[in-house]
Amino acid sequence: MNTEEIKHLAKLSGLELHPAEIALISEEMSAILFLVGKLQAVDTTGVDPLFHPIALIEELSQPFRIDQVTETDLRDVNMACAPAVHEGLFLVPKVIE
Amino acid sequence: MNWHLQNLTQLQNSLQQGLIDSVGLTSFFLERISQLKHLNAFLDVQPETSMAQARQADLLIREGKGGPLTGIPIAHKDVFVTKVWKSTAGSKILANYTSPFDATVVERLGLDGAGMVSLGKTNMDEFAMGSSNENSAYGPTLNPWNLERVPGGSSGGSAAAVAAGLAPIATGTDTGGSIRQPAAFCGLTGLKPSYGRVSRYGMIAYASSLDQAGPMGKNAKDCSLIMNAIAGHDPKDSSSLEKDNEDYCRHLGKPWLDKNNLVDKPLQGLRIGVPKEYFSDGLDGEVRTAVENALRAFEGLGAVCVDVSLPKTELSIPTYYVLAPAEASSNLSRYDGVRYGHRSADYKNLAQMYERSRAEGFGAEVKRRILIGTYVLSQGYYDAYYLQAQKIRRIIAQDFQNTFLECDVLMGPVAPGVAWKFSEKSSDPVQMYLEDIYTLSPNLAGLPAMSIPCGCSTSKMPIGLQIIGNYFSEARMLQIADYFQQASNWHLQQSPLLAPPASNGEVS
Repeated sequence: MNTEEIKHLAKLSGLELHPAEIALISEEMSAILFLVGKLQAVDTTGVDPLFHPIALIEELSQPFRIDQVTETDLRDVNMACAPAVHEGLFLVPKVIE
Repeated sequence: MNWHLQNLTQLQNSLQQGLIDSVGLTSFFLERISQLKHLNAFLDVQPETSMAQARQADLLIREGKGGPLTGIPIAHKDVFVTKVWKSTAGSKILANYTSPFDATVVERLGLDGAGMVSLGKTNMDEFAMGSSNENSAYGPTLNPWNLERVPGGSSGGSAAAVAAGLAPIATGTDTGGSIRQPAAFCGLTGLKPSYGRVSRYGMIAYASSLDQAGPMGKNAKDCSLIMNAIAGHDPKDSSSLEKDNEDYCRHLGKPWLDKNNLVDKPLQGLRIGVPKEYFSDGLDGEVRTAVENALRAFEGLGAVCVDVSLPKTELSIPTYYVLAPAEASSNLSRYDGVRYGHRSADYKNLAQMYERSRAEGFGAEVKRRILIGTYVLSQGYYDAYYLQAQKIRRIIAQDFQNTFLECDVLMGPVAPGVAWKFSEKSSDPVQMYLEDIYTLSPNLAGLPAMSIPCGCSTSKMPIGLQIIGNYFSEARMLQIADYFQQASNWHLQQSPLLAPPASNGEVS
């Protein structure tokens, strides 16, 4: 993978990469893509994807819960770990200039 | 007393007979944790809370309200969130994170459930991504058998804690081998249950179609006791299956076939499938011999071995390393420095705040997997990588079902070799991925799988035997493992950090 591709991928991934990191990552990504590229050689004509092992466990299906509110108001505890808060709200940089 | 050498049943008896109370046991293990701090097995210990829990457990025991696990200490992998102990998942991005709630596994084992006392949180590869514990942001855990070697990963801290006698038993999680491989590397018994059997509520997510929690302990019976406490549907986890609770001890000590009354052949009727792909050229000779000897021991107990084939075994590596990173890239997008976790101190705008916070908070392997996952899910590559991997996953899962027409369980090695030395493989990510070859497929298929000790290398490192069962056959797998442990001493071998020295481990 070239530098531009890595930079684009980093953007999509929401990761800042230092210029010094890019060369190494490019090399590692190429090696990993070579490994996972082996999948292309397999004939999967007519095979459905299996997104979830539960789909194969025929006797059971994914359970659903009743659509009702069970949570109590935990605003304070839930916000206790936030890096920046203001009057009960998460503080972030200005989104619209 | 050598409380650290006792299994859960022995500790339970000691507590019930009043030879020791939970306060005594808890302070004993806290003391060992502090003495063997250099192993770096624990990331957070809060002695006062542990001792307070022990006092409450003692009260329960005195009032006759105790169960089989009440008052026994346990260590939790740092991937389970806890209210008192910090929950970092081995990552800097969660360096100071304390959860507003306890994970279901922690809750079910704790005072409101089974009555166990938590000793704290164990070290792990960052976000459970790794096979050596070298990816922890807090430094690697050392293997108690040889401090120059890795304990395995990602549940390496839990494995080392039990192997060094810092905890009688521990919880772990397994996405591609993270319970079984460290159990093998540290000489423990570890069980990854069927997908959906144990609640993942409060388990920090890595790859949600693969992750599962389970016990890591001294023997199969100890694991059964923990399974009794943690398995079962949890309304808080929509991927936990609605299946009746069961007693995982119910088959222990009983013959494989009900009608069998041959005392020396209790496993008569058991068919063990031996996949030829699990004994390919990459397998270390000593591991091969140890696994083959274990199979002979099972034959001695009445089982028969059947040759089977899992033709896509080698492809499980690329399949896993597409699917797990894809799910990780999505799961880890929640770390944005807004609601919790690390936020960079220096940024010009919102986008840079996200990107820089993540860049500072994540380690190299996590970044690699996020990038790979993003790539295989991106436009133009989705069909070729992600969808193709999901199709091969179905073939892998179907291959297992085909073998289960011919056998009851599968057996083979857990890992191609024994625990390696630090830095030996860490410079090449692909080299590290190849070490996972025997453990990935059961996760892809959602099958239960376990590791039990079956030998020792000339380098004095333990070797693990893998047992893979069909869906929800954990109780049967534990029965089989227990018989092996009745007939052999490998699980009683002790790391040099435990005294007195071990027996020779020969099959009796």
